[in-house]
Amino acid sequence: MPFIAELVISVLIVIGGLFLLIGSFGMLKLRELLPRLHAPTKATTVGVGGILIASMLFFWIERGHFTIHELLITLFLFLTAPITANLIAKAYLLRHVDPHADLPKSGQDEGWATFDPVGPDGYDPSEEYKPDQK
Amino acid sequence: MMLKRCLPHPLLSLALLVVWVLLVNEISAGVVVFGAILAIVVPLITSSFWPAAPKVGNAYAICEYGLIVLWDILVANVVVAGLILFRKAESLETKCVVVPLDLTSPEAITTLAGTITMTPGTVTIDLSADAKSLLVHCLHAPDPQGVIDDIKTRYEGRLKEIFE
Repeated sequence: MPFIAELVISVLIVIGGLFLLIGSFGMLKLRELLPRLHAPTKATTVGVGGILIASMLFFWIERGHFTIHELLITLFLFLTAPITANLIAKAYLLRHVDPHADLPKSGQDEGWATFDPVGPDGYDPSEEYKPDQK
Repeated sequence: MMLKRCLPHPLLSLALLVVWVLLVNEISAGVVVFGAILAIVVPLITSSFWPAAPKVGNAYAICEYGLIVLWDILVANVVVAGLILFRKAESLETKCVVVPLDLTSPEAITTLAGTITMTPGTVTIDLSADAKSLLVHCLHAPDPQGVIDDIKTRYEGRLKEIFE
Protein backbone atom coordinates (compact mmCIF):
# COMPACT_ATOMS: atom_id res chain seq x y z
CA MET A 1 0.00 0.00 0.00
CA PRO A 2 1.47 3.38 -0.97
CA PHE A 3 2.44 5.74 1.84
CA ILE A 4 -0.06 8.41 0.81
CA ALA A 5 -2.96 5.93 1.05
CA GLU A 6 -1.84 4.82 4.51
CA LEU A 7 -1.63 8.46 5.56
CA VAL A 8 -5.12 9.34 4.31
CA ILE A 9 -6.69 6.25 5.92
CA SER A 10 -4.93 6.89 9.25
CA VAL A 11 -5.99 10.54 9.28
CA LEU A 12 -9.61 9.58 8.60
CA ILE A 13 -9.60 7.01 11.42
CA VAL A 14 -8.05 9.49 13.86
CA ILE A 15 -10.56 12.22 12.93
CA GLY A 16 -13.46 9.77 13.27
CA GLY A 17 -12.22 8.53 16.63
CA LEU A 18 -11.69 12.09 17.84
CA PHE A 19 -15.27 13.10 17.03
CA LEU A 20 -16.65 9.95 18.68
CA LEU A 21 -14.61 10.80 21.77
CA ILE A 22 -15.88 14.40 21.78
CA GLY A 23 -19.46 13.14 21.40
CA SER A 24 -19.06 10.85 24.42
CA PHE A 25 -17.36 13.63 26.39
CA GLY A 26 -20.35 15.85 25.58
CA MET A 27 -22.70 13.24 27.07
CA LEU A 28 -20.65 13.39 30.25
CA LYS A 29 -20.30 17.17 30.40
CA LEU A 30 -23.84 18.30 29.59
CA ARG A 31 -26.15 17.80 32.53
CA GLU A 32 -29.68 17.77 31.12
CA LEU A 33 -31.31 15.36 28.71
CA LEU A 34 -32.12 17.71 25.84
CA PRO A 35 -28.59 19.16 25.51
CA ARG A 36 -27.24 15.63 25.93
CA LEU A 37 -29.32 14.50 22.98
CA HIS A 38 -27.06 16.61 20.76
CA ALA A 39 -23.97 14.53 21.53
CA PRO A 40 -24.97 11.20 19.90
CA THR A 41 -26.25 12.91 16.74
CA LYS A 42 -22.74 14.33 16.35
CA ALA A 43 -21.01 11.01 16.87
CA THR A 44 -23.08 9.28 14.21
CA THR A 45 -22.23 11.78 11.49
CA VAL A 46 -18.57 12.77 11.20
CA GLY A 47 -17.28 10.20 13.73
CA VAL A 48 -18.80 7.14 12.14
CA GLY A 49 -18.55 8.69 8.66
CA GLY A 50 -14.77 9.12 8.88
CA ILE A 51 -14.22 5.54 10.02
CA LEU A 52 -16.53 4.15 7.31
CA ILE A 53 -14.76 6.09 4.54
CA ALA A 54 -11.41 4.85 5.90
CA SER A 55 -12.77 1.28 5.83
CA MET A 56 -13.94 1.64 2.21
CA LEU A 57 -10.56 3.05 1.13
CA PHE A 58 -8.64 0.31 2.97
CA PHE A 59 -10.54 -2.58 1.38
CA TRP A 60 -10.43 -0.90 -2.02
CA ILE A 61 -6.69 -0.12 -2.08
CA GLU A 62 -5.24 -2.89 0.10
CA ARG A 63 -7.54 -5.83 -0.71
CA GLY A 64 -8.53 -4.73 -4.21
CA HIS A 65 -12.28 -5.24 -3.88
CA PHE A 66 -14.76 -2.46 -3.61
CA THR A 67 -17.37 -2.81 -0.86
CA ILE A 68 -20.48 -0.73 -0.63
CA HIS A 69 -21.64 -1.93 2.81
CA GLU A 70 -20.24 1.20 4.46
CA LEU A 71 -22.55 3.40 2.40
CA LEU A 72 -25.48 1.23 3.48
CA ILE A 73 -24.48 1.65 7.14
CA THR A 74 -24.49 5.42 6.59
CA LEU A 75 -27.91 5.20 4.92
CA PHE A 76 -29.43 3.15 7.77
CA LEU A 77 -27.91 5.52 10.36
CA PHE A 78 -29.40 8.55 8.62
CA LEU A 79 -32.78 6.82 8.52
CA THR A 80 -32.84 5.65 12.16
CA ALA A 81 -30.92 8.27 14.18
CA PRO A 82 -33.47 11.11 13.80
CA ILE A 83 -36.36 8.80 14.75
CA THR A 84 -34.56 7.58 17.89
CA ALA A 85 -33.72 11.16 18.91
CA ASN A 86 -37.33 12.23 18.34
CA LEU A 87 -38.75 9.37 20.41
CA ILE A 88 -36.37 10.06 23.30
CA ALA A 89 -37.28 13.76 23.16
CA LYS A 90 -41.02 12.99 23.11
CA ALA A 91 -40.74 10.65 26.12
CA TYR A 92 -38.78 13.34 27.98
CA LEU A 93 -41.32 16.04 27.08
CA LEU A 94 -44.23 13.93 28.33
CA ARG A 95 -42.61 13.03 31.64
CA HIS A 96 -40.68 16.14 32.65
CA VAL A 97 -41.83 19.21 30.75
CA ASP A 98 -44.82 21.44 31.42
CA PRO A 99 -46.03 22.52 27.96
CA HIS A 100 -47.49 25.81 29.22
CA ALA A 101 -44.51 26.95 31.29
CA ASP A 102 -41.46 25.50 29.54
CA LEU A 103 -42.23 25.43 25.82
CA PRO A 104 -42.78 28.31 23.39
CA LYS A 105 -46.25 28.49 21.79
CA SER A 106 -46.59 26.78 18.42
CA GLY A 107 -48.01 29.97 16.91
CA GLN A 108 -50.68 27.94 15.08
CA ASP A 109 -54.27 26.92 15.78
CA GLU A 110 -53.14 23.65 17.37
CA GLY A 111 -50.61 23.02 20.16
CA TRP A 112 -47.63 20.63 20.10
CA ALA A 113 -48.62 17.13 18.98
CA THR A 114 -47.12 15.38 22.02
CA PHE A 115 -49.46 17.22 24.42
CA ASP A 116 -52.37 18.15 22.21
CA PRO A 117 -53.04 15.33 19.78
CA VAL A 118 -56.00 16.96 18.03
CA GLY A 119 -55.38 17.00 14.30
CA PRO A 120 -56.66 19.51 11.72
CA ASP A 121 -59.67 17.30 10.96
CA GLY A 122 -60.83 17.75 14.57
CA TYR A 123 -60.35 14.09 15.49
CA ASP A 124 -59.47 13.81 19.16
CA PRO A 125 -58.74 10.29 20.48
CA SER A 126 -59.68 11.32 24.03
CA GLU A 127 -63.22 12.31 22.88
CA GLU A 128 -64.08 8.64 22.53
CA TYR A 129 -63.86 8.16 26.26
CA LYS A 130 -66.14 11.05 27.20
CA PRO A 131 -69.87 10.57 27.82
CA ASP A 132 -72.22 11.98 25.17
CA GLN A 133 -73.10 15.62 25.58
CA LYS A 134 -76.78 16.39 25.29
CA MET B 1 -53.87 -0.96 -13.75
CA MET B 2 -52.55 -4.40 -12.85
CA LEU B 3 -49.05 -2.97 -12.69
CA LYS B 4 -50.29 -0.15 -10.46
CA ARG B 5 -51.81 -2.66 -8.04
CA CYS B 6 -48.70 -4.88 -7.88
CA LEU B 7 -46.28 -1.96 -7.57
CA PRO B 8 -47.98 0.80 -5.54
CA HIS B 9 -44.64 2.55 -4.92
CA PRO B 10 -42.30 1.91 -7.87
CA LEU B 11 -39.49 4.05 -6.42
CA LEU B 12 -39.65 2.23 -3.08
CA SER B 13 -39.55 -1.11 -4.92
CA LEU B 14 -36.52 -0.02 -6.92
CA ALA B 15 -34.77 1.20 -3.74
CA LEU B 16 -35.47 -2.12 -1.97
CA LEU B 17 -34.06 -4.11 -4.90
CA VAL B 18 -30.91 -1.97 -5.08
CA VAL B 19 -30.35 -2.09 -1.29
CA TRP B 20 -30.78 -5.89 -1.29
CA VAL B 21 -28.23 -6.37 -4.09
CA LEU B 22 -25.80 -4.02 -2.28
CA LEU B 23 -26.28 -5.89 1.01
CA VAL B 24 -25.40 -9.23 -0.59
CA ASN B 25 -22.61 -7.41 -2.46
CA GLU B 26 -22.82 -9.50 -5.63
CA ILE B 27 -24.99 -9.60 -8.73
CA SER B 28 -26.29 -13.02 -9.70
CA ALA B 29 -29.66 -14.33 -10.89
CA GLY B 30 -30.62 -15.74 -7.49
CA VAL B 31 -29.85 -12.50 -5.65
CA VAL B 32 -31.79 -10.38 -8.16
CA VAL B 33 -34.82 -12.71 -8.11
CA PHE B 34 -34.99 -12.71 -4.31
CA GLY B 35 -34.53 -8.92 -4.30
CA ALA B 36 -37.39 -8.60 -6.79
CA ILE B 37 -39.65 -10.71 -4.56
CA LEU B 38 -38.82 -8.42 -1.62
CA ALA B 39 -39.37 -5.35 -3.80
CA ILE B 40 -42.91 -6.53 -4.63
CA VAL B 41 -43.97 -7.99 -1.27
CA VAL B 42 -42.69 -5.30 1.16
CA PRO B 43 -44.52 -2.33 -0.50
CA LEU B 44 -47.73 -4.41 -0.70
CA ILE B 45 -47.61 -5.29 3.00
CA THR B 46 -46.79 -1.73 4.11
CA SER B 47 -48.98 0.17 1.62
CA SER B 48 -51.75 0.77 4.17
CA PHE B 49 -49.31 2.90 6.19
CA TRP B 50 -48.48 4.96 3.14
CA PRO B 51 -51.62 5.54 1.06
CA ALA B 52 -50.50 8.42 -1.18
CA ALA B 53 -47.38 8.11 -3.31
CA PRO B 54 -45.38 11.33 -2.91
CA LYS B 55 -44.27 13.23 -5.98
CA VAL B 56 -40.47 13.36 -6.06
CA GLY B 57 -38.66 16.07 -8.02
CA ASN B 58 -35.66 15.84 -10.32
CA ALA B 59 -32.47 14.01 -9.43
CA TYR B 60 -30.34 17.17 -9.76
CA ALA B 61 -32.25 18.96 -6.97
CA ILE B 62 -31.98 15.88 -4.72
CA CYS B 63 -28.19 15.61 -5.26
CA GLU B 64 -27.78 19.34 -4.57
CA TYR B 65 -29.78 18.99 -1.35
CA GLY B 66 -27.74 15.97 -0.23
CA LEU B 67 -24.41 17.73 -0.84
CA ILE B 68 -25.53 20.89 0.99
CA VAL B 69 -26.67 18.82 3.97
CA LEU B 70 -23.37 16.87 4.05
CA TRP B 71 -21.36 20.10 3.96
CA ASP B 72 -23.50 21.66 6.72
CA ILE B 73 -23.05 18.53 8.85
CA LEU B 74 -19.26 18.80 8.49
CA VAL B 75 -19.16 22.50 9.39
CA ALA B 76 -21.63 22.20 12.26
CA ASN B 77 -19.73 19.20 13.68
CA VAL B 78 -16.61 21.30 14.08
CA VAL B 79 -18.61 24.17 15.62
CA VAL B 80 -20.37 21.89 18.12
CA ALA B 81 -17.13 20.06 19.00
CA GLY B 82 -15.66 23.48 19.84
CA LEU B 83 -18.67 24.31 22.01
CA ILE B 84 -18.42 21.02 23.91
CA LEU B 85 -14.66 21.27 24.45
CA PHE B 86 -14.12 24.95 25.19
CA ARG B 87 -17.32 26.28 26.75
CA LYS B 88 -18.67 25.81 30.24
CA ALA B 89 -21.93 23.88 30.17
CA GLU B 90 -23.68 26.71 32.05
CA SER B 91 -22.67 29.36 29.53
CA LEU B 92 -24.36 27.59 26.59
CA GLU B 93 -27.60 29.28 25.58
CA THR B 94 -29.74 26.20 25.02
CA LYS B 95 -33.26 27.07 23.98
CA CYS B 96 -36.24 25.88 21.98
CA VAL B 97 -37.17 27.74 18.82
CA VAL B 98 -40.38 27.47 16.78
CA VAL B 99 -39.97 27.05 13.03
CA PRO B 100 -43.19 27.84 11.13
CA LEU B 101 -43.53 25.54 8.10
CA ASP B 102 -44.49 26.34 4.51
CA LEU B 103 -44.22 22.67 3.53
CA THR B 104 -47.44 20.66 3.47
CA SER B 105 -46.52 17.15 2.30
CA PRO B 106 -45.83 14.73 5.20
CA GLU B 107 -42.81 13.24 3.41
CA ALA B 108 -41.22 16.67 2.99
CA ILE B 109 -41.83 17.58 6.66
CA THR B 110 -40.34 14.26 7.77
CA THR B 111 -37.25 14.86 5.63
CA LEU B 112 -36.87 18.39 7.01
CA ALA B 113 -37.23 17.16 10.62
CA GLY B 114 -34.64 14.42 10.00
CA THR B 115 -32.24 16.87 8.38
CA ILE B 116 -32.52 19.26 11.34
CA THR B 117 -31.76 16.42 13.77
CA MET B 118 -28.76 15.15 11.79
CA THR B 119 -27.25 18.63 11.57
CA PRO B 120 -25.30 19.05 14.81
CA GLY B 121 -26.50 21.70 17.24
CA THR B 122 -30.20 21.33 16.46
CA VAL B 123 -32.66 18.52 17.25
CA THR B 124 -36.31 18.40 16.19
CA ILE B 125 -38.33 17.51 19.27
CA ASP B 126 -41.96 18.05 18.29
CA LEU B 127 -44.44 18.98 15.58
CA SER B 128 -47.61 20.99 16.10
CA ALA B 129 -50.80 18.94 15.82
CA ASP B 130 -51.82 20.69 12.58
CA ALA B 131 -48.33 20.09 11.10
CA LYS B 132 -47.61 23.80 10.64
CA SER B 133 -44.71 24.31 13.09
CA LEU B 134 -41.64 22.38 14.20
CA LEU B 135 -40.22 22.67 17.72
CA VAL B 136 -36.43 22.66 17.44
CA HIS B 137 -34.03 22.44 20.36
CA CYS B 138 -30.74 24.33 19.89
CA LEU B 139 -27.56 23.56 21.83
CA HIS B 140 -26.29 27.13 21.52
CA ALA B 141 -28.43 29.81 19.91
CA PRO B 142 -27.64 33.40 20.85
CA ASP B 143 -29.64 34.43 17.76
CA PRO B 144 -32.80 32.26 17.47
CA GLN B 145 -34.16 34.17 14.46
CA GLY B 146 -30.93 33.41 12.56
CA VAL B 147 -31.38 29.66 13.17
CA ILE B 148 -34.96 29.82 11.88
CA ASP B 149 -33.95 31.81 8.77
CA ASP B 150 -31.11 29.34 8.09
CA ILE B 151 -33.42 26.34 8.24
CA LYS B 152 -36.05 28.02 6.08
CA THR B 153 -33.75 29.27 3.33
CA ARG B 154 -31.21 26.43 3.16
CA TYR B 155 -33.43 23.39 3.61
CA GLU B 156 -37.10 24.21 3.41
CA GLY B 157 -36.98 26.10 0.13
CA ARG B 158 -35.09 23.26 -1.58
CA LEU B 159 -37.41 20.59 -0.14
CA LYS B 160 -40.36 22.56 -1.45
CA GLU B 161 -38.85 22.31 -4.94
CA ILE B 162 -38.22 18.57 -4.57
CA PHE B 163 -41.55 17.46 -3.09
CA GLU B 164 -44.12 20.06 -4.17
